[in-house]
Amino acid sequence: MRNYLNIIIAYSIMMLLIILVGIFQSWSIALTIFNYCMISAVMTLGANIQWGYAGLINFGIMGYTALGGLAVVLVSVAPVPEAWSVGGVNMMTCLGIIILMIFSTRYILKNIQKSNKRNYLIAGIIIVGLILIKIIAGPAIEQIEAVDPAKTGFLGGLGLPVLFSWIVGGLFAAGLAFIVGKVALGLRADYLAIATLLIAEIVVSIIKHEDWLARGVKNVIGLKRPAPYEIDLQTSPWFINLVEKFHSAKLDLANSLSERQDILNQLVIDASSVYVKLCFAGMFLVVVIILLIITQKALYSPWGRMMRAIRDNEEAASAMGKNVVKQHLFIFILGSAIVGIAGAMMVTNDGLFTPGSYRPMRYTFVIWVMVIVGGTGNNFGAILGGFVVWFLWVEAAPIALFFINLFTAHLPETNEIKIHLINSAPYFRFLLVGIGLLLIMRFRPQGIIPEKIIKQ
Amino acid sequence: MDLINAVIVLLNYTIIPALTYGSQLALGAIFVTLIYGILRFANFATGDMMSFGTMFAVLLTYYFQSIGINFGFLPTALLTIPFAIFMMILYMLLIDQTVFKYYRIKKSPPVQLAMVSVGVMFVTQAIIRIIIGPTDRRFLDGEKFIIKATEFKEMTGLAEGLTIKSTQMITIVVTIIVVAIMFWFLNKTKTGTSMRAYSDNEDLALLSGIDPKKVVLITWIIAGILATIGGILYGLDKSYRPFVYFNNMLPIFAAAIVGGIGNPYGAFFGGYVIAFAEIFLTYAYKRFLVYLLPESLEPNSLMQLLSTDYKFAISFSILVIVLIFRPSGIFEGKRI
Repeated sequence: MRNYLNIIIAYSIMMLLIILVGIFQSWSIALTIFNYCMISAVMTLGANIQWGYAGLINFGIMGYTALGGLAVVLVSVAPVPEAWSVGGVNMMTCLGIIILMIFSTRYILKNIQKSNKRNYLIAGIIIVGLILIKIIAGPAIEQIEAVDPAKTGFLGGLGLPVLFSWIVGGLFAAGLAFIVGKVALGLRADYLAIATLLIAEIVVSIIKHEDWLARGVKNVIGLKRPAPYEIDLQTSPWFINLVEKFHSAKLDLANSLSERQDILNQLVIDASSVYVKLCFAGMFLVVVIILLIITQKALYSPWGRMMRAIRDNEEAASAMGKNVVKQHLFIFILGSAIVGIAGAMMVTNDGLFTPGSYRPMRYTFVIWVMVIVGGTGNNFGAILGGFVVWFLWVEAAPIALFFINLFTAHLPETNEIKIHLINSAPYFRFLLVGIGLLLIMRFRPQGIIPEKIIKQ
Repeated sequence: MDLINAVIVLLNYTIIPALTYGSQLALGAIFVTLIYGILRFANFATGDMMSFGTMFAVLLTYYFQSIGINFGFLPTALLTIPFAIFMMILYMLLIDQTVFKYYRIKKSPPVQLAMVSVGVMFVTQAIIRIIIGPTDRRFLDGEKFIIKATEFKEMTGLAEGLTIKSTQMITIVVTIIVVAIMFWFLNKTKTGTSMRAYSDNEDLALLSGIDPKKVVLITWIIAGILATIGGILYGLDKSYRPFVYFNNMLPIFAAAIVGGIGNPYGAFFGGYVIAFAEIFLTYAYKRFLVYLLPESLEPNSLMQLLSTDYKFAISFSILVIVLIFRPSGIFEGKRI
């Protein structure tokens, strides 16, 4: 019990903070923060598997998040039949060509000795393939994008239930991680960081600019939801009754029937958004708990011990007959898949896919701060890091505003410095997160909840 | 005549912009490479440090303009360079003393220093945004063009005009001067040699009596000069926007690694490799080919290899290819 005391205390403080936001700001905001905290926690779990278990530094989290988001669009959006009829065949041919290219390259790599001839052959295949794709796909893309560009202009998805896309998001991310891992895992740590960051940028720029795939920067809005819609709730009698029962004391204070109706309407509108967020919170909580159980079991299994051995001393682990390269690739794929799931969850929660919003600051560096602050190599720490840093990230502006007002209270309202500071309150979040990271790295490098190694 | 026209088109739309952009990247890449070679970590705050120096140049330019100081036909920003560099170096030394020094003395692994530099990146970004805000700012004054397209057409009687912006010329000239002085310093002076020795083999350098504090100090000073000048030149040529500077970190890293990280010559060269690749692969060659090919062969499409949206993606792809086939870069890395 003593071992878990600090974890329980840390989590209680975090919950208390979110409840305080609920009391002082609003419950809707508190739940939004809570949901995003959980999404961040899933991303952090993924990054923590790579960094904490295996010491692999992956700055490409943004790319996997974006792929997870793309999966939601490709799985849940209804297909666009006109687009498929004008360009479907060509796009499928291109997909076939890409698969053919991959297999022929593999064949050459396996069957021809390493030589210049092999390099030229592979280069030839890639160049011919790219030219073919450009010729076949070019007109098809133009036609697809011309299909009702204001609303569709893309191939659409499969029209399947949106929850299914969370798994697909994980699979997409795993696929990308396989390729990235094959290419970049041999590099030393800081090269790996830069390479993964740049590959993630390539992925995002492809998603951004290939409009036929997911409308690019034109965004996909109105995605399906696994939770009820607010507007449906507001008109369903059972929900209104529930709200009435819940707030009966407040409603009884109303003087007239019309006033009572007004108050009830307002309450129903508020309650519907809270209800929807609660539904999401429930689903996310299930995901977080499942992942936590799995990762916790894995960490204390023989496999987890092997990963730690590889992390702490690669040569020794290799000498003991562990396949370091294979295990690195495996854990890289695993961690990225979890990040992909988080990306899909996030897009589902927002109900829209905005490729333009994927920026390294928000989706790579902030997540990394979460991992470091929470505690590397400890899953409870990772989740806590997700909560703490996201909470700071969101609440930094109100906190900064409070302090600015406190310290400049003696200045008149028209003071230029005061106005300037108040206007720049949103940017204090960078300062807060940055200083937080620096302080943690300096004074508690193992994070808030340090790694715990159980000795058998 | 057609041939000259074709060459002019190429010069105007690809070679001159690529040289300019390449110079800006090269300065940043040498900055990255110096920090990597001597202080031994990948500095993720690169873009924001460049932005920090430029911020002072922007503010001072506005101040100089308000009190009526200008630099004739040259941009006022050039006058502000020494002050901006001074502020930049002060900030860098402050950061070094408060943040990086601790890890350097503890001999932390490079990854930890890289993570610390992420923290510095956050803080620097916050300071910049709080002081100057995230908006787009132009601070170029003085003459905008050296040669205008119309003047060039009148002068030579060619069908194609050549435009050379003054910022392009300033960028190229200033870069050549700065880089030449820096290479002279590294190769010919005693301090420069001691820096190279320190980069090659720290223990051996310490044994032969090189003062590590002095080496670190000089490194930050040179880094400050490069970062500020690179940032100001980029800001003059395009415009100053903090977010763009952060994004520029990525092609700068690509340039440094392509050239062989730790090697300033490689970084200098890498900047141009990245810039030329980005511009040559995204340029629409139609106008160029119209002059060269007979009429029957004239292309219908734009003859563009890749859309300009993929500008960044190209430099990153080059980096990935280099990393796979020659991880130490085009020039051997880790040598100053």
